[in-house]
Amino acid sequence: MSHSTNHIASTAITPESIAQSLASSSDLPDVAVATYALGLGDDALVLAQRLGEWIARAPELEEDVALGNIGLDQLGHARSFLTYAGSAFGKTEDELAYFRDEPEFLNHQLFEQPNGDFAQTIAKQMIASVYFVALYRGLAASNDAMLAAIAAKAAKEVDYHLDHCVQWVKRLGLGTAESNRRMQRGLEVMWAFADELFRSDAPTDSLVALGIAVSPSSLRPAFDALVPPLIVASGLTVPVTTFTRGGGRAGLHSESLGPLLAEMQVLARAHPGASW
Amino acid sequence: MNTTTDVTTDARADARAAQIADEAGERRFNELLASESRVEPSDWMPEGYRKTLIRQISQHGHSEIIGMQPESNWIARAPSLKRKAILMAKVQDEAGHGLYLYSAAQTLGVDRETMFDQLITGKAKYSSIFNYTTPTWADMGSIGWLVDGAAICNQVPLCRVSYGPYGRAMVRICKEESFHQRQGFEILLELMRGTDAQKEMAQESVNRWYAPALMMFGPPDEDSPNSKQSMAWNIKRFSNDDLRQRFVDMLVPQAEILGVTLPDAALRWNEERGHYDFGDLDWSEFHEVLAGRGPANTIRVSRRREAHENGAWVREAARAYADAQAESRRGLVA
Repeated sequence: MSHSTNHIASTAITPESIAQSLASSSDLPDVAVATYALGLGDDALVLAQRLGEWIARAPELEEDVALGNIGLDQLGHARSFLTYAGSAFGKTEDELAYFRDEPEFLNHQLFEQPNGDFAQTIAKQMIASVYFVALYRGLAASNDAMLAAIAAKAAKEVDYHLDHCVQWVKRLGLGTAESNRRMQRGLEVMWAFADELFRSDAPTDSLVALGIAVSPSSLRPAFDALVPPLIVASGLTVPVTTFTRGGGRAGLHSESLGPLLAEMQVLARAHPGASW
Repeated sequence: MNTTTDVTTDARADARAAQIADEAGERRFNELLASESRVEPSDWMPEGYRKTLIRQISQHGHSEIIGMQPESNWIARAPSLKRKAILMAKVQDEAGHGLYLYSAAQTLGVDRETMFDQLITGKAKYSSIFNYTTPTWADMGSIGWLVDGAAICNQVPLCRVSYGPYGRAMVRICKEESFHQRQGFEILLELMRGTDAQKEMAQESVNRWYAPALMMFGPPDEDSPNSKQSMAWNIKRFSNDDLRQRFVDMLVPQAEILGVTLPDAALRWNEERGHYDFGDLDWSEFHEVLAGRGPANTIRVSRRREAHENGAWVREAARAYADAQAESRRGLVA
């Protein structure tokens, strides 16, 4: 039975404390819950990997610190979700991160998209943050105590990420002609991947019925209420694009994930079984 | 009315007043040094003191910023998620250290744009150690253990430096550096407890970083002409050779715990001195790297320049936005 009613203190929760509590627990997630956690973990992990690429490359030092911070938070969320997911499969966070192949990764395609320029990164991060804020707020009330605890902690962090992105969308949209053009283009590129975040799928729906998962389509109104007005208020135009076919939750990916994983996994795979 | 005479008289009076102020300021400055107190930005200070500090603090800031690169090289490929998180946090700390240090230098009257410009045009110096490359994961361990370890030996005395803003920045930086050193040691320890390939990786990396880390303290005392004045100003507290000795004495027992061999045939305990003896360093190598002919000098500077130039439009947008906001606030007030 995965959805225990035990209260888990969210402030102290870390990947290590999760691993420790699961090691001595008979209350492990079932495969459906673990698969759901895996998707959430992969979203955060792949996004963190992309954010890490910015470090020592940002437009100013303050932004090096900020993007690094957001990436670190995302990596923390990933580690917690993956640790929890892995407990159902007898795998550690690292076995999941480093020894699965591309079709086994369940992240939405938005997160694997290349950074592009700073505006494109901000467009992606803004869409991601709006999604995470709504998702984690909902998930904090999950009947699954562990998912609820991880989400409650993450919800506070993604609030800051969203604020950071909103500030930049305004600055780039209203700043100069060039920044406006780049911000518009960044939105156009990333917009195509936004819809996938809000599409329901059968495995998630069955967990929604149990009060464990958050329905992706239920997050859409929060996105629609916030993002188009922000875009317009920033002197930009809401993109009109066709959406991508998606399929990340089923292991279907764009051409960007493979190279990302190849780089991320290269050293760990060169030394199978080693500890670091 | 003879304006020329008036101007001359005024100028003379001004010069005299300035001289009196300087004399009082100098007395107070010397008193501050004698009593081991802090000099603050509003205090009088000799031009040489100001210049020396600007040079040292900005170089120190540049070292933090350039020092992000050899480690960011492994963020994407870190072999575990925990190591990835620690490495990201560490590189982020370095950006933070750069910011504190630039802020400290700014209190001496130099702006960040000027310092940054000196860095990306290759005019400013930074610690030569960051011109070495990081081909293996074990280099993340060696940088933490050896490079940050040497930096700590250099920097702990700087917490008591006479210039207040610099000393206070160093207190915070040293706390974080000691965490960095520990995590570097831990990386190497994990490798030395691992597979044969991991042990070999660790030893090979220590072989490459040991001598350059010892050279981080600068040339031998007899070849370090600026040291004496810096010591008189309470900027430098210990000589290059004293600090180097302290570092070697600290390293040897740690190397034993790790099980790595320090690549120095002359390294042995000297009972009489109460210190470890160590071999001569190849100072021609040091001067080569200092002269720009290290493994990565050009790469480091051009990567920072590229980031700065690629970000120009972002900074310009932020400025334009801030100006427009200020303008509209003024409009509201009027």
